[in-house]
Amino acid sequence: MKKELISTLSRKYLMALTGLFLCFFLVIHLLGNFQLFLPPDQARESFNGYSKLLSGNIFIKAISYILYASIIIHSLDALLITLFNRKKAGKYEYDKRGAASKWYSRNMGILGTIILVFLIFHFKDFWYQYKFGALPVDAAGNKDLYEIVIRAYADLWYVLFYVLAMFALGYHLLHGFYSAARTVGLYHPKYVNLVRVFGTWYSYIITFGFAAIPLYIYFTHY
Amino acid sequence: MKVFLKIWRQKDAKAEGKLVDYEMDDVIPHMSFLEMMDTLNEKLIVQGEHPVEFDHDCREGICGQCGVMINGRAHGPLKNTTTCQLHMRSFKDGDTIYIEPFRAEAFPVKRDLKVDRSAFDRIIGAGGFVSVNTGQAPEANSIPVTHEMAESAFDSAACIGCGACVATCKNSSAALFTSAKISHLVKLPQGKLEARKRALTMVAQMDRENFGHCSNTEACEVECPQHISVLNIARMNWEFAKAKVLK
Repeated sequence: MKKELISTLSRKYLMALTGLFLCFFLVIHLLGNFQLFLPPDQARESFNGYSKLLSGNIFIKAISYILYASIIIHSLDALLITLFNRKKAGKYEYDKRGAASKWYSRNMGILGTIILVFLIFHFKDFWYQYKFGALPVDAAGNKDLYEIVIRAYADLWYVLFYVLAMFALGYHLLHGFYSAARTVGLYHPKYVNLVRVFGTWYSYIITFGFAAIPLYIYFTHY
Repeated sequence: MKVFLKIWRQKDAKAEGKLVDYEMDDVIPHMSFLEMMDTLNEKLIVQGEHPVEFDHDCREGICGQCGVMINGRAHGPLKNTTTCQLHMRSFKDGDTIYIEPFRAEAFPVKRDLKVDRSAFDRIIGAGGFVSVNTGQAPEANSIPVTHEMAESAFDSAACIGCGACVATCKNSSAALFTSAKISHLVKLPQGKLEARKRALTMVAQMDRENFGHCSNTEACEVECPQHISVLNIARMNWEFAKAKVLK
C-alpha cells in the first residue's frame, strides 16, 4: 500500500500525449516522404532541398528535440507500465480472456518493441547518415539524401523488414490513436465514434503510405 | 448430461491452491451454473468432503456477489451475463469446464472460488458518495434533472461491483468500476459539487489498492454483466485531469 509518486492516470496521460505528438509527426514525415514518388530527377532535387530546409530551421530543431524526448518517454513509460501491470495482473491456469478483446490492443508492448527496433535501424540508415555520414552532394549543392534512400532499399529482405515494421506500426496506431483519445478524456459518444473512424483511416494511410515507399523504390530502381 | 469439472481448491489465503477434478453425471441443461455447483456440493457433503466455496446471493443477476472464471472467461462464455444467469445449456455433454476464482493482486483468494473484493468498498469509501445531511426526503422536483441525463447517470450507476472487469483485464485494472461511480455522480447536480475532490480521492484509492493501469483493451465492457460503457473511463480521465488542473 505504498503511495505512488505519479498516479496510474497521469502515467497514461504521459503515454497518450507523447503518442499523439508522434502521430502528428508521422503525418508531417509522410507528407515529406511523398516527394520520393516524383520522377527521379525531380524527386532528388525536391527531397534534398526539403531535407536541407528542415535541417537548417531553428523551429524544426526545437520540434526534433520534442520528438526525441517523446520517443524516449513513450518507450520508457510503456516499459514501466507493462512491468507494473504484469506484477498486478491475475494469472489463470486456463485463460481464454483474449476472446473479449482485440489481439493488438493486448500486445501494444510487443508491437512497440518491433517499432523501436525498426527505429534504431531507421535512425542509423538516414538520420545518422545525414548528420554524421559522408554524403554525396547533388547538383544544387545539397547533401544527397535521396541517393542514400535509394541505396538503402537495394536488398529485398531489407525492404520486407521495413514493410513488416510498418504493419506493426499500423496495428499499434489502430489501437493507440483512439486509446489516446480515451485517455485524454474524450467521452462524448458522437465524437468518440468520429475519432475511431478517423483513427482507423489515419492508421491505414500511415501504414500503406510508408510501406509503399521502400516497395516503390525497390521495384522502380532494382 | 455429463460434465468434467476442474475446480480451483484452496484451503485459505495462504495455502497453495490447485485444480481438482470432479465428474458430474446428472446435470440437467436447465440448471443454472450455480445450481450445478450446489448439486456438486451436496454430493461432496454426503461424501464428507468440504464443499466448494463460492460467493452468491440474489441469483437474479443484480447483486454482483457471484462471479468466477469459467473456461478462462469472466462469468463464462456469454457476453454481459453474471455467473448465476449462465445455464448448463451453454455447455455440451462431455465438456470439460475449468472453474477458477477472479484473480488479481488486489483480489486475494480467501478460499476456493471466494475472493476478497473489499478493495472496491474502499474505493467507494474514498469518495463514491454525496455529502448531505440526512433528514426528511426533499421534494423530488426541487432540483431539475433532464430525463436524458438521469438515464445516462443510471447507466453508469448500474454497476453491481462484481469485479469481472478486473478479472478479465490483462492488467487487473479497476478503471471501469471506479469510472462508473465517478461519472454516475458527476452527471447529477448533487454529485457535481464534490466532483473534483472525488475524482482525485477515488483514483488515489484505486492506485493504493494495487490495481493495474487501464490500457483500453475494452475487454471489461464485453464481460460486464451490466454492459457498463468504457466511455465512463474516458469521463473519469477527463474529470481527473480537470481536477488536477483546477485543484
